[in-house]
This record gives sequence, C-alpha cells and structure tokens, in this order.
Amino acid sequence: MRALLVIPTVFILVTVVFIVMRATGDPITAALGGKLPPAQLAEAIHNAGYDRPIIVQYFEYLGQIFTGNFGTTLSDNRPVVEVLVTYGTATLELAFYALLVAFIVGIPLGMVAAYVRDRWGDAVLRVFAILCYATPVFFAGMLLKLVFSVWLGVLPVAGRASTGSELEMQFLPFSTGIYTIDAILTGDPAVLGDVLRHAVLPAIALGLLTAGVFLRLVRTNVIGTLSTDYVDAARSRGVAERRLVTKHAYRPALIPIVTVIGLQIALLLGGAVLTETTFEWKGLGFMLAEYLQARDFVAVQGIVAMLAVIVALTNFVVDIIAALIDPRVRY
Amino acid sequence: MTATTTSATPVAVPKRRLRDRLPVAHQLRQSVGLQRGMLVAGLVITGLFVLTAIFAPLLAPYGFAQLRGEDGAFGSQQAPSAEHPFGTTVGGYDVLSRVIWGAQTALLVIIVAVIASIIAGVLLGLVSGYFGGWFDRVLVVVCDAIYAFPSLLLAIALSIMISGGQSSLWGGILAAALSITVVFIPQYFRVVRAETVRIKAEAYVESAKVLGASNGRIMFRHVLRNATRTLPLIFTLNSSEAILTLAGLGFLGFGIEPTAAAEWGYDLNKALSDVTSGIWWTSLYPGLAIVLAVLGITLVGESLNDLADPRLRGRRRVAQAAGQVAETSVVPGGTLSAGPGGLDGLESGESFDEHGIEVKR
Repeated sequence: MRALLVIPTVFILVTVVFIVMRATGDPITAALGGKLPPAQLAEAIHNAGYDRPIIVQYFEYLGQIFTGNFGTTLSDNRPVVEVLVTYGTATLELAFYALLVAFIVGIPLGMVAAYVRDRWGDAVLRVFAILCYATPVFFAGMLLKLVFSVWLGVLPVAGRASTGSELEMQFLPFSTGIYTIDAILTGDPAVLGDVLRHAVLPAIALGLLTAGVFLRLVRTNVIGTLSTDYVDAARSRGVAERRLVTKHAYRPALIPIVTVIGLQIALLLGGAVLTETTFEWKGLGFMLAEYLQARDFVAVQGIVAMLAVIVALTNFVVDIIAALIDPRVRY
Repeated sequence: MTATTTSATPVAVPKRRLRDRLPVAHQLRQSVGLQRGMLVAGLVITGLFVLTAIFAPLLAPYGFAQLRGEDGAFGSQQAPSAEHPFGTTVGGYDVLSRVIWGAQTALLVIIVAVIASIIAGVLLGLVSGYFGGWFDRVLVVVCDAIYAFPSLLLAIALSIMISGGQSSLWGGILAAALSITVVFIPQYFRVVRAETVRIKAEAYVESAKVLGASNGRIMFRHVLRNATRTLPLIFTLNSSEAILTLAGLGFLGFGIEPTAAAEWGYDLNKALSDVTSGIWWTSLYPGLAIVLAVLGITLVGESLNDLADPRLRGRRRVAQAAGQVAETSVVPGGTLSAGPGGLDGLESGESFDEHGIEVKR
C-alpha cells in the first residue's frame, strides 16, 4: 500500500518543480535575455522547443524523466544525469560523515539528557540541541573555519582535498568519486589523512544540525519508554536506573530515529547546499548554487527534480527498514 | 488525560480570569523550575528581537544602506571602533546598523509568511478534513510530497518564480515570505485536517447538524475554533524556521538587495571570503543575530510543547495541571455532559483561547 504512494509522490514533486520553474517563462530568456538580439533569442527558443504549448512541453518532460533523462544544462551543455553522477558522490560522502557526527553526538547526549532529566545537565543539553538547530550551517561553518583554519591553522579552509592529493588520485585506474575510498585505493596514508582532514569541518557543521534533532528525539523517546510497564518491571527487580537507560529503554527509543532519518535526508540535502557553498565542497549543492548564479534554470530544474525523486525513494526505503526493525509497524 | 472529564453532571465552568486565558501567560504560571527558566529566557530574547525590529530606526546609528558619515566614507572592512562598534563590511556598510535593521526585515518576513500560511493551511485543512472525499485524498498526498521535500530547495525554486531571483525591498520580502509560506502550508494543513477529522465525529457537531446548521457555520463556528489550539506551537516553530530559510536564501544570493533592506543571510554571504583573511566581525554579528532570534523563538516553542505534553511537563505540578486539562477539553465540562451546558460553553467561546494546546488527545 505504502509502496504505491511513492509513484504519485514522485509525480507530484516533478510536476510542482516543472510548474514553479516554468511559470515565469522559458529558461533561455532567463539565461540569455538581454545578451542576445531578440531575433536570435527567438530562434534559440524555437530550436529548444520552448515556444510550443506548455502542456506539450510538460508531457515531453514527464516522458523524459520517465526514461531517466533530466535534460541538458544550458551553461556548460552537460546532461544533468552526468552532473549528478559526477558530483553526487561528493554530496553522498559529506552526508555520510555528517550523519556519523550526528549519531556520535546526538544519541549518547540524548540518553544522558533523559537520564538527568529536569536537572541542570538536562537544561544545558537541551539548549545545546536548540543551538544546533538555531545556528545556520553556513554560520557554523564560518565560525569553525575562523577558529580552526584561520586562527589555529590546524585544518584546511575549504575544498575536498589539497591539489597534491587530487593529482595522486587522478592516476587511479578506477575512481569512485568518493574521496575516502579513492584515497584508500592510492595506498598513501598521507592522501587519506589529507582527505579526512578536509572532511572534518564540513561534517561537523552539517552534522551538528542533525545531532540536535537526534538529541531531542532520543531524550523524548527514552523518557517515554522509561515509564512503560516493562521498564517498571525491570526497575522493580532492582535494575539500576543507569542500566535502565542504557539497556532497556534505549533500544525501542531508536526506532523513531530510523523513521526520522528519512525526513532528515531532506534537511541534510538542503543543508548540504549551504555547507558545500561555505566550504567549496564540490558536490551537488555547490553545483546547484553555481547554476543558480548562472541562471541556468534547466540545470536547476533537472537537479531539483532528481533530488525530489531521490528524497521520495529514500523515504520509501526508510519506511521499509523501519518496518523490518519494528515488528509493530506493518504496512 | 481525559480522565477528569467524566463527571456526569453538567459542570458550571467557572470563567477563567483574563490572565489565565492569555496564550503564554497560562503556560508561564503552569511552568516550574528549569522549564520556567527556559520559557522566560525565550520570551525575553524574543521580546528583545521584536523591540529591536520595531525601534530599528531609533536604535541603529546609521541607515542600512548608508556608506558615508559626516566625515567621509566609512571605508571597507574597518575593524570595530568607537564610530563603528561592530566594524564595517566589505561593501562599506556599518555592521551594527545592518544587524539592527536586519531584525526588521526578519520580523516582516515572519509576519507575512506565517499569516499567509496560517490562512491558506487552515482553510485547506478545514475544508479538506470536513468534506473528505477525493479532494481530501489528493491534498493529503500533495502536502505529504511537499512536506518531504527539502524546504530550502523549494523556497529557492519559488523565489525564482516570484521575483526572478533579484529583489527590491517589498519584492524581496514578499518573495522570501511567500516561498516560505508554500513550504509551511502542509504543516498547518496536516494539523488542522487531523483535528477537523477528529472533531467532526464529536457529538456537538452531530447535534449542530441535527439543528440544521449549515456546513459553513459548523466549519467555522464549531470545528475551526476547536481545531486551532496547536497552532501557537507550530507558529513559533515556523517563525524560527522562517528566519533560517530567509537567511539561507540570502546566503545563496536570493535575498534582498543591500540597498533595499538589511538581511543577515546576505551579509553572511558577503562575509564568506572575509573569514579566510581572519576578518571576524562581518560574519560574527549577523550570524549571532540569527542564532539569538531563532534561539529565543525556539525556546518559547519548545517550552510550550513540553508543557503541552504531560509526559514531558515538570513533575511537581502535574496534578494541578491535570485539573486544567479538563477545562480546555474540546467540550467544556466534558464530552459526556455536553448537553445544552456543553454547547452553551462552546457558543460563548469559553474554551477556544489558544492556550489549550496541552490537550493533544
């Protein structure tokens, strides 16, 4: 039942993207308007087929997406799918490290907050969680850069790797685009260290955003499970409160996290656009911002539509995982 | 939490004093200890933010687009000094003034965005939940789809659509606000629709139908006023999200032109390259302004949320608070006694002050 919902969701999202992006006019006028004489402009529009009825264009667009064709960028004339494959790996890598940071920070702190609930430690942790949410990722990124890269000089300012490491990775016979894996493939520990050092600040900036969400979620759920019957039963058998939190209450409290990760994907992607711009991390978000600056709306439409499909599919997968973990959830 | 609503006799509901019925004042009295501390801190910060926004013209030493004072141009990237306590930006603006004026822009965007999304979301949720049918189903799927989508990307796409990406003061504020609106409509829609579906099955709606009340009357008089109690909570959470979305848009270059209004996200975008050369004042202050504004509003929202959830409410006054849950129940005096007394209570507007967000179920 739930599986069937993915199709209309994807359909609605690509339709919304189409309507929104095309409501104001055609992409060629947006990109080149004023730069070309009107006659040439009209010809370019005609050649691209943007002078046909909008409904025809819409169905053509749907058909193209159905066959996996998300269009070709105007500014550098590359298929959007190629852009995704080239830069998507960088975003994937960033998202992975960010989630790692979020787990490492959010879950233990959430359990601590539940353990010391309604005391000072709890208040401090909750304000910390709110601060994680309240700090825009780009501001967090700039502060981290300022302290660790400029003042202390211990971590690189921007980018995914230094030029030397990138050169070394170029000579790989097989490149995944995921720098961590590529760096391991080179077999040079210096390259791996360099790649990891570049990932630290962006991962923290983006990860803290999600860490705050996890912290609050774990805290609320652990507090909830602490008052259930089976925890009461364990408590009455004399199990220590600390052990109740770490062993009994925490596992069921993690189930909602799996579901929330689905929603976090959307937040992470939005945050990735900002993080990548801040750290010049050449991923999808960075490219999206570049295409926005260049007013290349074909590329923007393609990338956004594709991200929509990814979000919908991830949510679907997450739902299935949640069902597998939790026997109570059945679709 | 409805255990106290089961008294069989029609209860004369004492009219609560005004200070109890004010939305936040009630929670303030109900809260205790740390929770109260967080709520008060949030209220103070939010109050400062609103005051700064309103009195920006008086507080700011210079205009937001002012480049020169009495003794010539301000100069670019000047370190903090007596004339410019927060320094100047790369474009030669006074940072302090732009931080102060930025509060005004943020507040305007919040107001426009939240009001527009409340009106649209509440209306759609009400109609959709009340009438049901295929219209309802389609709307639910559409809203779920939009809800799952990265809101910043949606806002970017919308701001391109609304303003073509570049903006004047009101154009920019409207574009930012409306982009945020579309992102928020699903949230209001979901909440109001869920409440409407629940309330639709209540006995007093049935009786209103039997009495021959029109659909419009039932929707707006009986259902709407009961379906809105979680709105203040979403309102606060959305306000903070609105600030963040606005800043995100500004940071990506979809903000408001510096000559049209001051916007924190735009200033941070311009400060990005300053950071590398160790210039900290151009990014620190606008960033802190965002953090503080969002922090204040979120603290209020979080506290309201906790006080709404009996599991999370401070323990000491739970018993006392439980007594008040009955008061704010959908039908005053309890659903079982919703005879004329209960309906009368509804008609007189007794239970509709929005403070009653504590009764989720």
